[in-house]
Amino acid sequence: MAWITLVVGLAATANLLPLRSPIDSDFSAISSWPDAAYWFGTDQLGRDIFARCVFGARISLAVGLLAPAFGLGVGISLGLAAGYFRGRTESIIVAVMDAILAFPGILVALAVTAYLGASTAILIFLLGVLTIPAFMRVARANALVFAQREFVLAARAMGATHWRVLRLEVLPNVIIPMLIYALLVVSRIIVVEGVLSFLGLSVPPPQPTWGNMIADGQGDLATSPYISFIPSALMFLTLLSINLIGERLRADVRGSAL
Amino acid sequence: MTEVPTAVLEVTDLATHFHTARGIVRAVDGVSFSIEPGQTLGIVGESGSGKSVLARTIIRILTRDGSATVTGRIALDGRDLLTLSETDMRDVRGKDIAMVFQNPMSSLNPVKRIGTQIGEVLTRHLGLRGRAAQIRSVELLASVGISLPAERLNHYPHQLSGGMRQRVAIAIAIACEPKLLIADEPTTALDVTIQAQILDLLRRQQRAHNMAMILISHDLGMVAAHTDLVGVMYAGQMVERAPTRSLFHGCHMPYTRALIRSAPKLSDPPHTRLRAISGGPPDMLQPAIGCRFGPRCDYATDMCRSYKPALSAADADGTHLYACWHPLVAGRILP
Amino acid sequence: MKPDELLSVENLSATYRLPHGRKLSAVANISFSIHKGETLGLVGESGCGKSTVGRSIMQLPPPTGGTVIFEGRDLASLGGEALRRARMRLHMIFQDPVSSLNPRRKVRDIVAEPMAIAGVVTAPERVRRVRIALAAVSLDPDRVMDRRPHEFSGGQCQRIAIARALIMEPQLVICDEPVSALDVSVRAQILNLLEDMKARYCLALLFISHDLAVVKNISDRVAVMYLGQFCELAPSARLYQAPLHPYTAALIAAIPVMDPDRRPAAPPLLAGELPSPMNPPSGCRFRTRCPRAAAHCEELEPAWREAEPGHFVACHFPLRPAR
Repeated sequence: MAWITLVVGLAATANLLPLRSPIDSDFSAISSWPDAAYWFGTDQLGRDIFARCVFGARISLAVGLLAPAFGLGVGISLGLAAGYFRGRTESIIVAVMDAILAFPGILVALAVTAYLGASTAILIFLLGVLTIPAFMRVARANALVFAQREFVLAARAMGATHWRVLRLEVLPNVIIPMLIYALLVVSRIIVVEGVLSFLGLSVPPPQPTWGNMIADGQGDLATSPYISFIPSALMFLTLLSINLIGERLRADVRGSAL
Repeated sequence: MTEVPTAVLEVTDLATHFHTARGIVRAVDGVSFSIEPGQTLGIVGESGSGKSVLARTIIRILTRDGSATVTGRIALDGRDLLTLSETDMRDVRGKDIAMVFQNPMSSLNPVKRIGTQIGEVLTRHLGLRGRAAQIRSVELLASVGISLPAERLNHYPHQLSGGMRQRVAIAIAIACEPKLLIADEPTTALDVTIQAQILDLLRRQQRAHNMAMILISHDLGMVAAHTDLVGVMYAGQMVERAPTRSLFHGCHMPYTRALIRSAPKLSDPPHTRLRAISGGPPDMLQPAIGCRFGPRCDYATDMCRSYKPALSAADADGTHLYACWHPLVAGRILP
Repeated sequence: MKPDELLSVENLSATYRLPHGRKLSAVANISFSIHKGETLGLVGESGCGKSTVGRSIMQLPPPTGGTVIFEGRDLASLGGEALRRARMRLHMIFQDPVSSLNPRRKVRDIVAEPMAIAGVVTAPERVRRVRIALAAVSLDPDRVMDRRPHEFSGGQCQRIAIARALIMEPQLVICDEPVSALDVSVRAQILNLLEDMKARYCLALLFISHDLAVVKNISDRVAVMYLGQFCELAPSARLYQAPLHPYTAALIAAIPVMDPDRRPAAPPLLAGELPSPMNPPSGCRFRTRCPRAAAHCEELEPAWREAEPGHFVACHFPLRPAR
């Protein structure tokens, strides 16, 4: 939890912090090991790895949080509609989702970024779309359960409109398991973004991302392993703490449900 | 407690405590009773009174995550079940003690044929296999009143109605002619007319095999009609235990009377005001000090709120026991 | 429609389509009425369609045949807004009190929901009415308003559900097994409470239950259902004292009485299982289990007739000859 707060805090305030530029080179310190001046050392071009990590976190986190958020928003609306109304609405939504799932998602993402050139917005949109079907399924499964509960029938019996029932009775019950699931997706998307930028298909250099930093360090693993190791460790710690938070939340929800 | 040499089951000072994150739940707290062959002991109580946990403790099927501790003695034919290893207990379960649950759909395995499920019990405990097992299975199904038993062996539980499933569950339970049958709310999930059939079946099987039976229920009418002895449970304790007739003709514990009075009766005219028990079910994490029924009892005094009443005998031969500081005698409390 | 009739149901039918082209006739051709301030009990075994009757009246979903006339208007012909307004005078209480309250909402919002839907009164007035309603069901408004349903016991949840049902002061409340999930001691509290509320708000109740003793206690008249049809309908005391339909008699005999000296008949009066509602027996639906069934019963469906004043029955061979 503390780790996530630190990473998010640093990433969000990166522009305001007295950091060195993540792109400018200091040719007096090329591939220097971590020391007092450069906490995490510098890379082959003399760029401050600490600054690059902080700015790289912005991309990773922006993509990792916003893409699932986008998928969550769309997926939840579709899933609720499918699970609550059933019938034809459900069939159509499920068919469309199955179609999306049938695309080899990552390949499509690769193709589009290769063609259009990558920007953070495009990346968020693409990865977001890919998460919709999964969110839809989770939302639909939960909506199915709650739509059969008597409080939904009670609300209908009181004359509530479908919109009101969905918003006030079904959504609040579906949202908690959805958020927990979303955390899982966040960590997966951070990895996917890492892979894409490792392959050079994410935001183009010199803009730092954790993925391309790891890629940058590949060549000098023998002499300067920290160049790749530090962003890798960052990614590992971030994913680990997201997963731990998810696990904790799940336990809490289960506890309160008893 | 007096030794009854003929008792099949003798439970002494049994306690089951669950250690939860919020504290210790004393689900069963110092319960003693004994049953003789052919006898039926009814255990009545409301939800949370510990009656189901009591049954599960006797047959030792509580959760095994270590949260439950059991103390006391459960003697089946003189052998203390609590000292048996899990392997030995497995031989007792299903053979010497069998259990019928409330929901036959969940106690039967949905993906196995009826015949397979009965056969497993016969093979495990009696060593019957193949043809012999099949013949015995058909006999068992016929004896619990299932028509076309040979064909039913090939059916899955979901192909049967609720009443039929409960009959199959009973057939499995009596397959090894157990000494003790525990029926935990066996008819609660069934309709009134089917309920009567199942209870009739249980009674006939009991007579045929001279089984002892524990019938757990929240339905006082059913207990009155189908038991020899009754134990009334409240908040994990047995607050009154007596021969059925003696209990319904003159209970001594105010809770028992309140329970009997609060149920609507067919003999009363419409719109008869019911005598409800005030308050809600007891908080098992923080049970009342003294008498646990005290907070809901009309007659509670400082005595009740401070000291726990012990089980005392109401008659000379000690068959009618109650735990109350102000017992009812002929419907009134003693001064 | 007579002047004091609140609800009049004529030839109500509910047929569901099932997969593989099968049809389930859950309710077939039933007619009854409920007067102002009256309690009509509806008993039957599971799957007899008694809950479907309640839901069909609420138009959830609308019945597939027949009319439901409430306060002089046919609910089936009302659409959207008009139906919603009619539903305010018509409420429902369910079996599982915990499930009928949204676990994520506070009691104050749950109880105020009917007013919020109707959009009738100002916020402070809503709070005032919620407090009155909670006090009426013997809950302390200050202690319960800001808590959520899981903090309450089943009996307390049912009190909250009753408060919600009464907040718009409806004319008719449909109670679908309202005490079946409750313990004996709490059940009596809730039944007494319903009687009190009935007197206080001049309510009519449709009380659906499988428990004959409970139904007798609360009802003025009782209807007995079997496989989607009515068998018998009579004033409560009369029905239990002198039933005409063999099914009613068997149901009454099957209830264990709380008297150890009166052991039940062995073998039980009613043998056999409930036939599938998907494929009900021809003629009289009860004939497969009826001790009095004759060839006639197989061929001809018995007519619904008034055998004695106010006592309706559908049977070719009632237990007493009709006058």
